[in-house]
Amino acid sequence: MKKTYINGVGCISTQKTFDTVFLEEAAVNHDENVLAIIPPAYKEYISPAASRRMAKGVKNGIVASALAMKDANVEKVDAIITGTGLGCIEDSEKFLKSILDNKEEFLTPTSFIQSTHNTVGAQIALLQQCKGYNFTYVNGAVSFESALIDAKMQIEEEEAQSVLVGGVDENGEYTTALFKLNGRIKADNAAPYEVLTSTTSGAVYGEGANFFVLENERKENTYAELLDIAIVNTLKEDEIENEIKSFLKFNNLEISDVDALVLGFDGNAAFENYYRNLTENAFATIPVLYYKHLSGEYDTASAFAFWMASKILKTQEVPEIVKVNSAEKPAYKTILLYNQLNGKNHSFTLLLK
Amino acid sequence: MTKGVAITGMGIISSIGNSVEENYYSLIENKIGISRITNISTVHEDVKVGEIKKTNDELISELQLNPDNNFSRTAMIGTLAAKQAVEDAGITSINEFRTGLISATSVGGMDMTEKHYYDYFEQPELVKYIACHDGGDVAEKIAEQLGLKGMVTTISTACSSAANAIMLGARLIKTGKLDRVIVGGADAMSKFTINGFKTLMILSDDYNQPFDNNRKGLNLGEAAAFLVLESDEIVAKQNKKVLARVSGYGNANDAFHQTASSENGDGAFLAMKKAFEVSGLKPSQIDYINVHGTATPNNDLSEGRAIKRIYQDETVPDFSSTKPFTGHTLAAAAAIEAVYSVLAIQHNVIYPNLNFKTPMEEFDLKPQTTLKNATIEHVLSNSFGFGGNCSTLIFSKS
Repeated sequence: MKKTYINGVGCISTQKTFDTVFLEEAAVNHDENVLAIIPPAYKEYISPAASRRMAKGVKNGIVASALAMKDANVEKVDAIITGTGLGCIEDSEKFLKSILDNKEEFLTPTSFIQSTHNTVGAQIALLQQCKGYNFTYVNGAVSFESALIDAKMQIEEEEAQSVLVGGVDENGEYTTALFKLNGRIKADNAAPYEVLTSTTSGAVYGEGANFFVLENERKENTYAELLDIAIVNTLKEDEIENEIKSFLKFNNLEISDVDALVLGFDGNAAFENYYRNLTENAFATIPVLYYKHLSGEYDTASAFAFWMASKILKTQEVPEIVKVNSAEKPAYKTILLYNQLNGKNHSFTLLLK
Repeated sequence: MTKGVAITGMGIISSIGNSVEENYYSLIENKIGISRITNISTVHEDVKVGEIKKTNDELISELQLNPDNNFSRTAMIGTLAAKQAVEDAGITSINEFRTGLISATSVGGMDMTEKHYYDYFEQPELVKYIACHDGGDVAEKIAEQLGLKGMVTTISTACSSAANAIMLGARLIKTGKLDRVIVGGADAMSKFTINGFKTLMILSDDYNQPFDNNRKGLNLGEAAAFLVLESDEIVAKQNKKVLARVSGYGNANDAFHQTASSENGDGAFLAMKKAFEVSGLKPSQIDYINVHGTATPNNDLSEGRAIKRIYQDETVPDFSSTKPFTGHTLAAAAAIEAVYSVLAIQHNVIYPNLNFKTPMEEFDLKPQTTLKNATIEHVLSNSFGFGGNCSTLIFSKS
């Protein structure tokens, strides 16, 4: 069975994560409850004419995937697998509003065409003329991890030698207003917004595009080996530790082998115990890291964590800004990522140097 | 030839029936489900659709949901079909083996979103529906109703979504990652899709006519279907009846245009080619092709050319599109057509391609237009979607 290596990364996020070394310019925004991405120079990747027609998520996906492919030094891949929570939500909003506002008359198809969840994966395939395997997963907080499971299976079964895999989501204005209404996003005018010390429900929202080139061989520029991923729909708070132990055991590892644990803390107070129990008990002496104070919360925010863990393994550096506790390790060899949303859609990802 | 992954249960709800049996009898008795739209108020009131003749209230009471539920119509029909499939497979303890759910949808809970979009800020009792817009919410609801706790995910590749869900399920079993997977898809009718396809000018104002020279476009439909796939170990251990097997699958991207298929059907050709490679079957061994056949000018030409490329000088097997019965049910299409393919194998029948009159001038392909009895060992089923997503499944007699 072939092993899976992360050989290229591309990250467009609410932080400056391109043309930088590794989060040295990162800053926590305590003032806003919806964070926007820092846009790259799109014109270096997409012609202005094409760019005008493209949804934000599509553009970010194209740039992030181009960065990942350049980083991996590959010109083409065998498969493209994308994860997205809400897809091109801005175009969905636009088309739906024009249906409702114009009573189903005078509609144009552009926003409908772009509204389908698979637009990002399809546009990347179109640009690269990649006729290979092309899937899009849309399952909330495990959308990206579903794509990873599939990508790893493609490589293990030798159906593909190289896979472009990514997670992408964009903020839509009306949808973020609805999320404030239903409590998914923290209330307006409640700054300062905190993650680790939050006592309120909801999260500070973000958006982003993270793409990776996975290949079946270790190269000079390899970041890490993707050892395993698991997704579990439903787990209780007190089942997490055992689930992690058995996931590690399945990979012949124990908690003491883990050099860093990356958790999805997002300040949604009612569900933070899923993470806190781990940091206070089983992983009390292990470096614990977080990231959603930088990336914001969104369905594929865990792909930002995957990027961060890849960078740590390659650079062997942990930026101060992502540390939850003061534990340190002399070297970072094994990183475990755990994420969930509202006690559902749990994901466990293991990376190895 | 590989043996394929066992199918041990099926469930379906569509405009031609609320169960596997009802769907089968409609197919063999030419009972179509296309009619004028009644469940959605739209200015396009003459639009012909394949509608499930149940209101949301009827679905709620059938599922015995609490009054404070936030099920979209998509989630309700999905749950109904998935429950049938699990029961049909004789599963009583859902988490007994490593069991997953792979669902598929294109618009998820759009039916609720479009109904309440501007009312959320005024009517607090509706706020619960905001969360059901999410594509993954349908799978979430189904998993909850089944009590399934393990791997749950959703695929959205437009009109090929459910084919990809079946493909992923088969791969998860083959690689030993799961013992049992419930696979399928659901899409409810929505103004969003009706208007979307209308602006693309591929909605027919008449009954759809796949592979006819004068075809004018598709009729939309709504449906949900799920199948239970199980490992050979479970089948042997529990002495399960195998309905048929998923013996081949292939996925490729046309990489031509966001909504149109390439003239020569590159994506479709590659998807079929891969499915034959996986199954180890030769094209000549296929007894029936359940074509995607949406009756849009573009799809049928592209699909027909791709089929001609696969068969070259050989005879193309009997083929038909079942979309004149059900309409195009988008992300659910490949799931309901998987059920129809299994039924074709079980009953040794080929369904008629209704509404066909004039062969297309571009090639000599003529669909089967009447019900035909024939020995069916292998069925090939195509599904193609926006974004160039092309998928082929092959089902075989066990």
